Amino acid sequence: MTLEKTDVERIAWLARLKLSDNDIPEVARQLSSILALVEQMNTVDTVSVAPLAHPLELSLKLRDDVVTEGNQRETFQALASHVEAGLYCVPKVIDT
Amino acid sequence: MHKNSLIQLSRALDRREISSVELTEIYLDRIARMDGKYNSFITVTAELARAQAREADQRRQAGNNGPLTGIPIAHKDIFCTRGVKTSCGSRMLDNFIAPYDATVVEKLRRAGMVMLGKTNMDEFAMGSSTETSFYGPVRNPWDLERVPGGSSGGSACVVAARLAPAATGTDTGGSIRQPAALCGLTGIKPTYGTVSRYGMIAYASSLDQGGPIARSAEDAALLLTAMAGFDARDSTSAERPAEDYSTHLEDSIEGLRIGLPREFFGEGLDSQIGAVIESAVKQFERLGAVVAEISLPNTRLSIPAYYVVAPAECSSNLARFDGVRYGYRCDDAADINDLFSRSRGEGFGAEVKRRIMIGTYALSAGYYDAYYLKAQRIRRLIRDDFHRAFAEADVILCPTSPTVAFKLGEKTDDPVTMYLSDIYTISINLAGLPALSLPAGFVGRLPVGLQLIGDHFGEARLLNAAHRYQQATDWHLRAPEGCG
Repeated sequence: MTLEKTDVERIAWLARLKLSDNDIPEVARQLSSILALVEQMNTVDTVSVAPLAHPLELSLKLRDDVVTEGNQRETFQALASHVEAGLYCVPKVIDT
Repeated sequence: MHKNSLIQLSRALDRREISSVELTEIYLDRIARMDGKYNSFITVTAELARAQAREADQRRQAGNNGPLTGIPIAHKDIFCTRGVKTSCGSRMLDNFIAPYDATVVEKLRRAGMVMLGKTNMDEFAMGSSTETSFYGPVRNPWDLERVPGGSSGGSACVVAARLAPAATGTDTGGSIRQPAALCGLTGIKPTYGTVSRYGMIAYASSLDQGGPIARSAEDAALLLTAMAGFDARDSTSAERPAEDYSTHLEDSIEGLRIGLPREFFGEGLDSQIGAVIESAVKQFERLGAVVAEISLPNTRLSIPAYYVVAPAECSSNLARFDGVRYGYRCDDAADINDLFSRSRGEGFGAEVKRRIMIGTYALSAGYYDAYYLKAQRIRRLIRDDFHRAFAEADVILCPTSPTVAFKLGEKTDDPVTMYLSDIYTISINLAGLPALSLPAGFVGRLPVGLQLIGDHFGEARLLNAAHRYQQATDWHLRAPEGCG
């Protein structure tokens, strides 16, 4: 699979990664060479092989639906750069 | 004092030959004098270390101590440490002060270990040379022009240069074993689920495992005993009784069946490394082991499958970095998407962005079956290979890395060349198996690592075989020039 400029732009958009226009040809080349490596997977037929999601095939443990953590809003919000009145601030998303 | 192994230091503390405060000062002084040339620490926590050392001395005075109480350690900067910067080697987290401790940090702290600081690493653990760090590359103490391996390169460098008796690391595709090999150390990646991932910043959640990097199997066993164990806060933690990994170190390995995978000794292996591994095999035979050839036919598919599974999981895990709640935030965002895209575009380095994009592509509409599902099917083939092999062998032996430490910059231009350096380690993560690397000799003045792979939860047997080998050899006692 060789990726074109528009493919890279679409992937970067899906991943919310801003790339500089100058970098896109080189990124396209590198991603294409990684995909060429990955596509060596197609040299083996796996139709009858079930996918393996967990190396030991264990399922995740469930816990009771109870509150285990106290309120740490101030501790956590101290890590954010834009906070006001206990809220995280982002650019306006709704037009008025 | 820095020449002593962790076990020797523990005995010296027991006998009151030295206090933890004195020991901690020795290491802080070495770090201050020597780390300028290695760049192995991102943060040195000198004041915290002194306070923890005083507390450790009090615990020893009161007889309320274990073997690790008062011994200094360095943590890979992927483990959250409360009140201390936890950067994961990234600009994204350069301003991040962790609000809680990782389980591994908490457990070693409870055992009385003294944290010297946080070690440099490939950004978000994505790399095999510690060159992708936002904080600059780490240098190998055996040759300053060469890489220490990665991603736990800072941790390996610290232990090799005797700036700490041991360090923590994490391993997603070889990131404990390969730097241990390239720096002449003993490092173990446990079975998936053995060491809690709580507070360990996630890269690829179905592959990531923490473990110790130390100078010997004996030291690593003591550390792993303190690090491992069920943790309800990690939903993939293995629910098993606690294990003392030191108990079986001295057992005889008479009759131990060692399998040599034919596929690991072919094309691509440096012949001088092959010769070192061959003489190590002879040593194991002298110790009573029985050696036979085995086959892992799907090994060649492990790198292709890994570069789908790991990036897919990484693209999902790293979606949390949005510039809003913590971490890097770009200036003057025009709108919300500009805030997300520029914070991530400016906060992540090139390798992290590549892996996020590969993962995003593999998981995007229309491609899921061809990439992710295909990789998971191959993952089963790889695991089944090992299952069959462990019917014939108790332990599998092979090189850890196809080459000795390579030069800085040698593989940075082409990501795929760098990926291929993990050919002997990556399949183990896909299969969730335990494996350790130990020093087995030198090519020139550069150390060569030997890998022992065990069946699930077979850590004690690996450490036993490594310890018996280390009792018969002295490769693990060699130190880089100027560090011994």
